Amino acid sequence: MSTAPALVATQASIRQTRIHLLELARGHPRVILAGSLVLLLFLIALLAPFISPHDPIAVNADNAYLPPLSPSHLLGTDELGRDLFSRVLWGARVSLPVAFVAVAVGLVAGGVIGLISGYFGGVFDLLLMRLIDALLAFPALILAIAIVAALGPDLRNAMIAIGIVAIPVYARLVRALVLQLKQMEFIAATRSLGATPTSIILRHLIPNLLNPVIVQVSLSAGFAILAEATLSFLGLGAQVPTPDWGQMINTGATFLANDPWLAIVPGAAISVTVFSFNLLGDSLRDALDPRLRS
Amino acid sequence: MSLHLLELEDVHTKLTLKTGVVRAVDGVSFHVDAGETLGIVGESGSGKSMTALSIMRLLPRSGRIDSGAIRFKGRELTGLSEDEMEEIRGTEMAMIFQDPMTSLNPVYRTGWQVGEPLQIHRGIDVRAALAAAIAMFKKVGIPEAEKRVAQYPHVFSGGMSQRAMIAMGLTTSPSLLIADEPTTALDVTIQAQILDLLRTLNRDSGMATILITHNLGVVAGICDRVIVMYAGRVVEQGRTEDVFAHPEHPYTWSLLHSIPRLDADDREPLKVIEGSPPDMMGLPSGCKFQPRCPFAVERCAKDEPELRDVRGHLARCWVTQAGTSLNGSVDAG
Amino acid sequence: MTTYVLRRLVLMVPVAFLVTIGVFMLIHLTPGDPALILLGEDRSPQAIAAIHQQLGLDKPLYVQYLIWLGHIVHGDLGRSITTHQPVTTAIGERLPATLELGAVALIWSLLVAIPLGTIAAVRRGSLADHLATGLAVGGVSIPNFFIGIVLIFFLSVTLRLFPFGGYVPFNQDPFENLRHVILPAIALGTAGAAINMRFTRSSMIEVLNQDYIRTARAKGAPWRRVVFIHALKNALIPVVTIVGLQIGGIIEGAVVTETVFTWPGVGRLAVESIFNRDYTVVQGIVLLAAFSYLIANLLVDLVYGWLDPRISFT
Repeated sequence: MSTAPALVATQASIRQTRIHLLELARGHPRVILAGSLVLLLFLIALLAPFISPHDPIAVNADNAYLPPLSPSHLLGTDELGRDLFSRVLWGARVSLPVAFVAVAVGLVAGGVIGLISGYFGGVFDLLLMRLIDALLAFPALILAIAIVAALGPDLRNAMIAIGIVAIPVYARLVRALVLQLKQMEFIAATRSLGATPTSIILRHLIPNLLNPVIVQVSLSAGFAILAEATLSFLGLGAQVPTPDWGQMINTGATFLANDPWLAIVPGAAISVTVFSFNLLGDSLRDALDPRLRS
Repeated sequence: MSLHLLELEDVHTKLTLKTGVVRAVDGVSFHVDAGETLGIVGESGSGKSMTALSIMRLLPRSGRIDSGAIRFKGRELTGLSEDEMEEIRGTEMAMIFQDPMTSLNPVYRTGWQVGEPLQIHRGIDVRAALAAAIAMFKKVGIPEAEKRVAQYPHVFSGGMSQRAMIAMGLTTSPSLLIADEPTTALDVTIQAQILDLLRTLNRDSGMATILITHNLGVVAGICDRVIVMYAGRVVEQGRTEDVFAHPEHPYTWSLLHSIPRLDADDREPLKVIEGSPPDMMGLPSGCKFQPRCPFAVERCAKDEPELRDVRGHLARCWVTQAGTSLNGSVDAG
Repeated sequence: MTTYVLRRLVLMVPVAFLVTIGVFMLIHLTPGDPALILLGEDRSPQAIAAIHQQLGLDKPLYVQYLIWLGHIVHGDLGRSITTHQPVTTAIGERLPATLELGAVALIWSLLVAIPLGTIAAVRRGSLADHLATGLAVGGVSIPNFFIGIVLIFFLSVTLRLFPFGGYVPFNQDPFENLRHVILPAIALGTAGAAINMRFTRSSMIEVLNQDYIRTARAKGAPWRRVVFIHALKNALIPVVTIVGLQIGGIIEGAVVTETVFTWPGVGRLAVESIFNRDYTVVQGIVLLAAFSYLIANLLVDLVYGWLDPRISFT
């Protein structure tokens, strides 16, 4: 796992006239492709109970270790005879909500810190940014592991831990954007007309932050899914028998010599999911940043 | 017809941009003789820089020479491979640019950069190239040459940087130097020094120079002949004193009238050229200058004039070709 | 230069201070009596009392913190709860393996990143460029433990080219040492390779548009010379930043990879200690990781100034 997708913070430029994401997607096939992939993943998570051919946790010892493409078991079965395809579909129901909550935690906490720091500056800025520096200095994964180990290994704690780890990225991004926006004439003009900080922040700053923040949300959703998979792989996230991808790889690794698909199928599921989110963030950034347009 | 050092014949250069195709250079022909200084004048977007980059084959990625011939010492350049062009660039042709501060590589010492053409083309070693660089620094008037060659570009002033760029261009004694707005980014006093330097070097070495500028004053002081470009075309061409004495294209006329003059009556308002520079994506029909031209007649909007001899030099204007004189000729100053 | 370093160090102090508070709180935020956590299995009342006294748990929290801080400043990170070894010794024994793994992973990532990033930038918009940027997104999307498992399956299980895992000290058998480090280094370095490649590419694209590149071409420099001599040195300056931060993050990056490949480094020690509730060791590792990140940050800035003559430390 790496914190880097989150670290490569977006530089997508802010502009006074906001670009509507849908409008933008039209000229950028990569955005459409990535967006469709992400949408498909959400649909899978939503519809898993209806589209899964089998119960993901129903044990059937007679059917264990069936290879992929077996009749009625598209991707085969695991060591307990559970249908791998169904488990992979249900796995999306674990990963996506975790990512969603973790990103929300990071975004809200980091966003508020960044707004205060950037808008009010001075002592607030100095103190909050040192706090963020310190948080950033903490090894993200070890911190998440330690938090989960302290609070007890389960998904809820994993979400909180990943969310905390995501705070610095948002705090720094939002602060930088706010500082940039504050220099712009329309903000200065609104201020000189006597608008209150609250109304400036709500009406002018936040709407202009949306695009770069959406890019970052997409990238850190990828990061959160990776982090959740890592925690679960280490046995600190989802617990058996939850059909969780990281957990499945952990178990599957034991049977690598004879039944490699037990690890490879969930691994591919994680990779494709994270890839979709990263591709979405990446293509949105390219589309939003006029400097990178060739 | 004698052999010219450089000869352009009906050169067309296109830029393919996202918004459309721009004919940046549209049928340009001219020549430069050995030892002569030719000025190319025009506002930004007139195609003067693109003409120079076409000669050097240093066009941006979006640019391409579409048709026409560029002959240098009798050799056709447009068909040459990139390797063959590399042999000519930096040995027989050199070019210096508008912004000397960004034209030097920030992470290498200036002396190394100035001597580099010798390393590339003459295969001499770093030490010998550095010695040559010191000699060149002295030649272009950079004081404390031995110390200066060891410095990085960021400690050089704009004028010093441009001197270093000139030194770099001249290390291999090229027969043609193209200077693209070499003084635009510099202070006025430094401008004069750099122009002086170019004039001296030109006289001493017999090297030909193409001086690209938007400033007619610069041309007047240094160029033997001048070409005026507008919207990718040559609109006037002739000996500098002729063109200044009696401009035969209204654009040149307007340029001359917009130069502030020290001896002018204070109460006389400064003249500016009416209208805005042409939109290269949607040029007007007929003469391209006609929408801004104070002399335009009906015909100008319909047909585009050719470049023809008018009273001793070439101009692309129906009005002057028909015999009318643009009243009130202007001195070269 | 000296004043710059001093100023940076002074700025680092509050951050380092906050880091130590955070590390200290790791134990004290944990629900329940720290003594019970610290003791593990042996929960006799005498042992609990001994710990309470040792940690000064009867004193106010800030006093406890100051005592603890005093120990740290003197290089005393306490003793492991499970092995009773000094924490510094426990970490010190594992550090060389992690450093070796991190170094090889970094070399691998740069060997991939710089040539690919340069080619992608020079041939912008070409098939090679699209392929490279696609790989870059892919490289950061595949969990490194999964890369490890796939490598083990193909190269160790199926082709039997490399061992499944484990470690042989270099001074014992250099060849075996290298054979053992290659797969974990690839697994660990791939995400870094992807990131460094993107940085190299975007930085290179920007540099290639600079005026001085046109100057180099006007001199008649062949494109190889333009790219590798005139552009690359400029383009790599920002890459140094990200590489420096990666060096600072070696311990963290190694956590999962070391677990997959049973590599006896600090990362695996962290996981083991967390599972064993050996909090003194966890504290020590978190502290080490955080400080190596802070120091790497400082060093990156200094190296930056050394590489880029335009930056002066005044």
